Amino acid sequence: MRIANFSRSQRMPIVQGILCIVSVIAVMQLWLFTTTMEAYLGGDESFVLPAALASLVCLGLNLGLFHYLRALDR
Amino acid sequence: MKAESPEIVAPDNQPHGQQPHWRKEFPIDSPQDDYRSRRDFTKLMVITSFAFMVGQAWIVLLSRLRRARGEAPLQDIASVDELPVGGAKLFDYPGPGEACLLVRVSQGQFVAYGQKCTHLSCPVIPKPEAQRLHCPCHEGSFDLLTGQPLAGPPRRPLPRISLSVRGNRIYASGVQKGVI
Repeated sequence: MRIANFSRSQRMPIVQGILCIVSVIAVMQLWLFTTTMEAYLGGDESFVLPAALASLVCLGLNLGLFHYLRALDR
Repeated sequence: MKAESPEIVAPDNQPHGQQPHWRKEFPIDSPQDDYRSRRDFTKLMVITSFAFMVGQAWIVLLSRLRRARGEAPLQDIASVDELPVGGAKLFDYPGPGEACLLVRVSQGQFVAYGQKCTHLSCPVIPKPEAQRLHCPCHEGSFDLLTGQPLAGPPRRPLPRISLSVRGNRIYASGVQKGVI
């Protein structure tokens, strides 16, 4: 189904679902950030870069979902 | 006055004719309002996600800068006779403004640690009689011989400064993995 075909009543559950997923991803990023900071301050730098890449992937997912959300309004 | 529109749904789902006068004058489509508020909150969460990504990039940058500094230099910090048993001396290492503590724990044993508490960076105070380094801000304590946290909120050990004694002089020769 094309995005433009969704009715207003159909868009509401979509935006709620996207909001839930985006929130869960943001909380995961928060956990990743605090864990990485804790490890860095403790002198363990082995997963600083992988954690940053994982956070980048999370941001990409969020941006993709938000892009989809904006497309709903067009 | 705006004509009744079948697309506008009031918050109480009642028909337009049963709405109070002010709502007839300024009709708000409740489902659309809900939709927009959720969409805007999603936008806020995406911005938050971006902020976390910036934070991660900042940690990577700090990590690179730490590596770029390379090995800490050898620095003369005190003479052996300068400190009595239980005595302590402050010095900056590896750079200016990075306060460290040298403590003589016995006749032939010295230890040195970064002075910043690993909880919230308050300066720790040596208490050799209790074999501890004490942080007065939140009552944290570290073991004097190992730097490991013993009590209070700190969870990480104090960064230990490697020492070498050459003749009558004590030198700081490196920082073991830690906060500095």
